Amino acid sequence: MAVAARSIQRTRWIKLQVFRYVVFLLAAIFFLVPLGAMVEFSTRANDGSRTLDYWMAIPSYPDLTGAIVASLQLAVITSIVMLVLLVPTMVWVRLKLPRLTRIIEFMSLLPLTIPAIVLVVGLFPMYIWLNNNLSDSILTLSLAYVVLVLPYCYRAIDAGLGAIDVKTLTEAARSLGASWFTVMWRVIVPNISNAILNATLLSVALVLGEYTIANNLLYNNLQVELVHLARDNAGVSIAVAVAALLFAFALLVVLAFVGGRPRRVHKELATNLAGPLAASQT
Amino acid sequence: MTVAGSPAVTTNVGRPFLGGRRFSLDWVGAVPYLVYVGLFLILPSVIIGIGALLDANNAFTLDNFRNLSRSYVVKATIDTTVLSAITAFLGAVFGALLAYAIVTGSPNGILRRLTISASGVLAQFGGVTLAFAFIASIGPAGFVYLFAQAHGFDFYKQDLWLFEIPGLDLVYLYFQIPLMVLVFLPALDGIKPQWREAAESLGGNTWHYWRHVAGPLLFPAFLGSVLLLFANAFSAYATANALINQGQPVLAQQIAGALSSEVGAYEPGFAKAIAIEMIIIVTLVTVLYTLLQRRTARWL
Amino acid sequence: MKLGSFTRHLGLAVVAVFVVAACGNTGGGGAASCSAAKTAKSAADCGGMDALVKAAQAEGKLNVIALPRDWANYGAILDGFHAKYGIAITSDNPDGSSQQEVDAIKQLGSTSRGPDVVDVGMAVALANTNLFAPYKVATWGDVLDSQKEPTGLWIQDYGGFMSIGYDSSKVPEIKSIDDLFGSQFKGKVALNGNPKQANAALNGVMMANLAEGGSLDDVSKGVDFFKRLKVAGNFSKTQATTATVKNGTTPVVFDWDYLSAGHGKDVPTWKVFVPSNAILGGYYAQAVSKDAPHPAAARLWEEYLYSDEGQNLWLKGLARPVRQKAMTDKGTVDSVAAGKLPPVNGTPQFMSDAQSTAAKNYVVAHWDAAIA
Repeated sequence: MAVAARSIQRTRWIKLQVFRYVVFLLAAIFFLVPLGAMVEFSTRANDGSRTLDYWMAIPSYPDLTGAIVASLQLAVITSIVMLVLLVPTMVWVRLKLPRLTRIIEFMSLLPLTIPAIVLVVGLFPMYIWLNNNLSDSILTLSLAYVVLVLPYCYRAIDAGLGAIDVKTLTEAARSLGASWFTVMWRVIVPNISNAILNATLLSVALVLGEYTIANNLLYNNLQVELVHLARDNAGVSIAVAVAALLFAFALLVVLAFVGGRPRRVHKELATNLAGPLAASQT
Repeated sequence: MTVAGSPAVTTNVGRPFLGGRRFSLDWVGAVPYLVYVGLFLILPSVIIGIGALLDANNAFTLDNFRNLSRSYVVKATIDTTVLSAITAFLGAVFGALLAYAIVTGSPNGILRRLTISASGVLAQFGGVTLAFAFIASIGPAGFVYLFAQAHGFDFYKQDLWLFEIPGLDLVYLYFQIPLMVLVFLPALDGIKPQWREAAESLGGNTWHYWRHVAGPLLFPAFLGSVLLLFANAFSAYATANALINQGQPVLAQQIAGALSSEVGAYEPGFAKAIAIEMIIIVTLVTVLYTLLQRRTARWL
Repeated sequence: MKLGSFTRHLGLAVVAVFVVAACGNTGGGGAASCSAAKTAKSAADCGGMDALVKAAQAEGKLNVIALPRDWANYGAILDGFHAKYGIAITSDNPDGSSQQEVDAIKQLGSTSRGPDVVDVGMAVALANTNLFAPYKVATWGDVLDSQKEPTGLWIQDYGGFMSIGYDSSKVPEIKSIDDLFGSQFKGKVALNGNPKQANAALNGVMMANLAEGGSLDDVSKGVDFFKRLKVAGNFSKTQATTATVKNGTTPVVFDWDYLSAGHGKDVPTWKVFVPSNAILGGYYAQAVSKDAPHPAAARLWEEYLYSDEGQNLWLKGLARPVRQKAMTDKGTVDSVAAGKLPPVNGTPQFMSDAQSTAAKNYVVAHWDAAIA
């Protein structure tokens, strides 16, 4: 009986691994081939030979550094404001105001329904007031960006909150005398750390890739500066686009390593899905 | 899924305030969010809505909304909705499969972190460069096409579908799938191995497990992700504009055209009316989603 | 690293060159500085060219919009201005359309980031004169009356002719517009932009219209030409960029001849063809914003553009500067650059505002259906 059970587990584990590798292979082909085409183009000289000239030309653009730093700052500010705004609100709504869920959800989707090119028209009056009364800096863009990342971050955090039992955790913590701040910071947040990480990754990636609002408000962030460069030279424009992708990727990898925490639940998940046979191999 | 306010879950917050009656100040907790979103989202939307009701001389008019019946706008509306629905559904399915492949690996492994970071980057990758990435690979001068053509398979023999809606479907998947991975992964993380064991100990096989246990529990998150993907594709502009510059098949292109035309087709009120139309469509889809959610919740 | 300061964007600073000091009333070098730059209608109002320069340098900054560096050699012009006067230039929205330029004036004109000057197509210039400040540059007299607004609200700056640019190594030589129906052109012909939106594209359709025997008043033959091209499978709907040209996806592009010539940098075998029976010209126009945050710098920029140096830089970009005839007469034109201009054998035609509007109306109604 045990032997039969173990062989079922083993076949299941094999099927799972086959499935995984096929999926990864197909995904790799689909996602890497277009990127490869870009790299090929950015290293092709006019006569068809390989060249690194376009890549080497990138550091020589002085405006680029300023734009990169500005975009990085925007990414940090936007992520922090987004987390501070979203996480407590979503936990609170789950606990106390469940009837507001649909409204909050719809409002978080609204930024996606309005194309950025129109949204900026509505943002103009506000930014004029901001510029004349508070600040002219490019960092004011983060206020608009928080709204832009809402849909994605809401969904990621919602999935994370849905997977844990918020009510029980809060009740337990409160009945042990924890303040609301402690509940949020030391009970809820660690349990949805993966969701928070995903939301932050989405937010950083969006800010680094945002073009329309910055451009129409006449700010020069990373993407706008890339368009400046792109007008100079075809090869440089694609080299710079690939470089920007690699840069964002490296940043997110660092974030993922810093933010990811070992979780016992997952270790269990992996071994249980794989079966006792695999467990004996790990 | 319990009801707030029931005795079993009363906590210290919301203590009776005025004379013993439960005058709850709970709603205050939602105020920061509502104020922020109200200021930076609702207010601009209202400005846009008002703008849709004005003509060039700032007089009230319903013409902008009447003009929504122009044939090319109707066509764009239908095309964009179908395009968004297809890429939302396909993106959700493929993305869910990819997410499952990731989540069944080592939770602290390098593969997981790399794929999540890659998904983060690719989910926001779009516009002229994404269009060019596809043009350079499978476009009429791309190496994949030339290779296939040299081996007898000319996939543009009938027509140049890359620069029509089918091409847009394919290119949109490039950012829809990673987005799905990122927003759906936390839900998959929440699958407890005990459920699998319980299903098995009751005699169920893989199919039973997915159909009756994990499936229904994941369905709300899945549906929410589909909705997100739909809205994401629906308002995407830069990628469509770079790939198909003529004919403006996507609604967002119609808006941009009406807003930035330098040959005299500048109609800002009309652009705003189209934007309102887009909001209405996504609202309808959201309502549909809410109804579906309620129905599936009853199955549990 | 300090980032909040305004001088962050020094990279594209350009110095304007003194053009002609002809209008200076006060004999140079005076301590006079321009106190009324905002309403100055010429350098004289400012107290002379030197005073204008000093006032501009005191402002220290210039905001320009929608000036990509590869458009008619604007890169060199921006650099030249900065080198000559030391004024920092902030260049925003490089891909912007003329409409977006005037929108920026309307929306942000009173803030410190609003555009100081704009370079727009004629349709937009004529429709938005209420946003401009009248200013007559020193070389005002060299420009024909038909190419400027009488009080100086706008003045044409450079122009070119609509052309068909093509990669001669990928497609055969083009001798007439009907060659484009050949089978070697399958999926290869593109417009620069959408004619409902972009000036260059609308003129492309009108040029095809003229080449097919149509007239300036009726653009239907042009739309029909592209419809037939699409049916033949030769018309590509994708956006033609320098990358798609270099990569061979769009080896044939309808574009202004000065923009088309720029592709020669990436594609050595690039040629530019202007049909002899369809020489369609178009000029762009300069204007100073009424609410310019840096009014002296804005006016100094205009002076630079219309100086011999500025005009010759446009010539180097293979555009035809508006003062070309006057400069040729005076002998100040860069004859080497002028010699490189594509030859034009015939009488150029220009769309009037009414004709442009009629063409736009027809295109808006029929284009999407024609190339579906």
